[in-house]
Amino acid sequence: MFPAPSDEVLSVRNLSIGFRTPGGILPAVQDVSFSVRRGETLALVGESGSGKSITSLGILRLTPPAPFCQVRGEVILRTPDGRAHDLLALPEPEMRSLRGDAMAMVFQEPMTSLNPVHTIGEQIAEAVRFHRGLGKRAALGRAAELLELVGIPNPHRRLSNYPHQLSGGMRQRAMIAMALSCEPSLLIADEPTTALDVTIQAQILELLQELQQKTRMAVIFITHNLGVVAEIADRVMVMYAGRVVEQAPVVPLFKAPRMPYTQGLLRSVPRLDWAGRRGEKLAAIPGNVPDALAPPSGCAFAPRCEHHRPGLCDAAVPPLEASGADHDVRCVRWSELLPEAAA
Amino acid sequence: MSALLEVRDLQRWFPVKGGILSGTRDHVKAVDGVSFDVRRGEVLSLVGESGSGKSTIGRTVLRLDTPTGGRIRFDGHDITDLTRAGMRPLRPRMQLVFQDPYASLNPRHTVEQIIAAPLEIHGARMNAAERRRRVEEALALVGLLPQHASRYPHEFSGGQRQRVGIARALITRPDFLIADEPVSALDVSIQAQVVNLLLELREQLGLTILFIAHDLAVVGHISDRIAVLYLGRLVELAETRSLFTRPRHPYTEALLSAAPIPDPTLKRQRIVLQGDIPSPLNPPSGCSFRTRCRYALPACSASRPPLREVAPGHFKACIRDDLVLAADAA
Repeated sequence: MFPAPSDEVLSVRNLSIGFRTPGGILPAVQDVSFSVRRGETLALVGESGSGKSITSLGILRLTPPAPFCQVRGEVILRTPDGRAHDLLALPEPEMRSLRGDAMAMVFQEPMTSLNPVHTIGEQIAEAVRFHRGLGKRAALGRAAELLELVGIPNPHRRLSNYPHQLSGGMRQRAMIAMALSCEPSLLIADEPTTALDVTIQAQILELLQELQQKTRMAVIFITHNLGVVAEIADRVMVMYAGRVVEQAPVVPLFKAPRMPYTQGLLRSVPRLDWAGRRGEKLAAIPGNVPDALAPPSGCAFAPRCEHHRPGLCDAAVPPLEASGADHDVRCVRWSELLPEAAA
Repeated sequence: MSALLEVRDLQRWFPVKGGILSGTRDHVKAVDGVSFDVRRGEVLSLVGESGSGKSTIGRTVLRLDTPTGGRIRFDGHDITDLTRAGMRPLRPRMQLVFQDPYASLNPRHTVEQIIAAPLEIHGARMNAAERRRRVEEALALVGLLPQHASRYPHEFSGGQRQRVGIARALITRPDFLIADEPVSALDVSIQAQVVNLLLELREQLGLTILFIAHDLAVVGHISDRIAVLYLGRLVELAETRSLFTRPRHPYTEALLSAAPIPDPTLKRQRIVLQGDIPSPLNPPSGCSFRTRCRYALPACSASRPPLREVAPGHFKACIRDDLVLAADAA
């Protein structure tokens, strides 16, 4: 193993996840490698079926057990005490002591991920009691502190509320409080604002950024919303049909995308600051996401790609190539397409 | 341009019952005094967050729901008090496209059965060949192939299903379409396809569209005019360009400011609204937005601000005429 930069919190190498289905093995995630540093926000972007959520579940080992699901590769988590944990090789009890402690997750739908028959206070206190061994009263005190940290008014009163008594935005704040209860080094947020209204989304994004500045935690932010990515990400990884197709810091990714899929995605989103272009056709990407059980040969995006060259693009899956400093792209034609990409 | 749909002081209150014996305790005022016109051939969008009443308005103007008060006129006919039978001759002219292309198509019916259903309901007398011709015509309009008619919904992707839903709405050759969040369940690259399709259809068929959505960027792309709703009331109504470049209601300003723009180099002064939308059961007195408004004055709680024309074609319900609001999207 190469010596990792000291501030690297998570390193994922060649992660592959396959599901056994009646139609054969479904390769949901293929050969995904990336790392996240302390204080950094990595956005994982892709459409449904791209493998972005499964990647995060694989890291936390929350995928179904073998033989229904096969996970291969290496996932290393570095905790503040300097230890490196090889997550895919750990026995389950050790994994449990890391989940909710050194690494935590916030899900899309706060109503389904909170338990409706327990109070908010009990649910937040559970994590600190389990991981920190606090007594009930101390744990509830800590829960109130956390609710205050995420901006919930009257935190002591809210402890005895049930999830249905909170609004959607408040529930998501409570979820974030729970995730942060043990000061995780890594927070995985899977579409945390997708179910929320825009004005509430703005509140939650601001809160996450504020908390990250305080705690310097590493954040993996999974979303399909490119506007949200532009606001919160330091680095972006674009996935398509289970593979990483482009990876770069946020500004080059938006200003000089090199993979035709990323370019198409950015062109197809209507923008608020384009009010003058009303009624013009959007540059939609034709076709549909390929069937994971019967992927096209070669580049998975080739059938929808305007730059597709028969005999070249469908010959083999293109490698993920370094196209510049910290900018990787999976396209055999990226260098010849470069002037167009810059135009 | 004359109005195809005229809505005046529309109210839809839902009673809240206290128990079996006690009667109605209170009302949720989901829609409370909304007036607007949809002009022939235009796309008017209703924008608002959850609980703003936008979907209730859509259902009520189609008379899938009965208004508590106000009037609805469609093409000159007052349809407010029409019975189901009375609505029937008008139904083929006004159709609905739903949000969720998974829930709104019967999984046990073929695409032909799904698309032809409105024809049967409206008692169109036609033989199998004629029916088939109409189905193929509708499929062609939405960019699907004749052979798709014999397939089932599960054989299609989300975007294709939404095309089937649009074909079903078009088969009766309507002149008025209500699209309730038609793209919000779709993937980004597919959303653009469906938005383009709606724009093409409007051009080709001269459709009048009431577009209901929460995504301001999509709405800005497709609409001629935009009506902004908050807690069951209209707060602003204007032409798209005018609304985006010169919003005049503080809520619109905040909505525009909160909508993320996919450009990491854009530096924006973010207005983050505090708190949640108040309960529609117990809305604030006066202006219902005042509890979250950074420009609120004591006078804002006194009475409900009426929707007034403050510039040609630009209406707002706010007493503060002294404000110059951030034109974030200029």
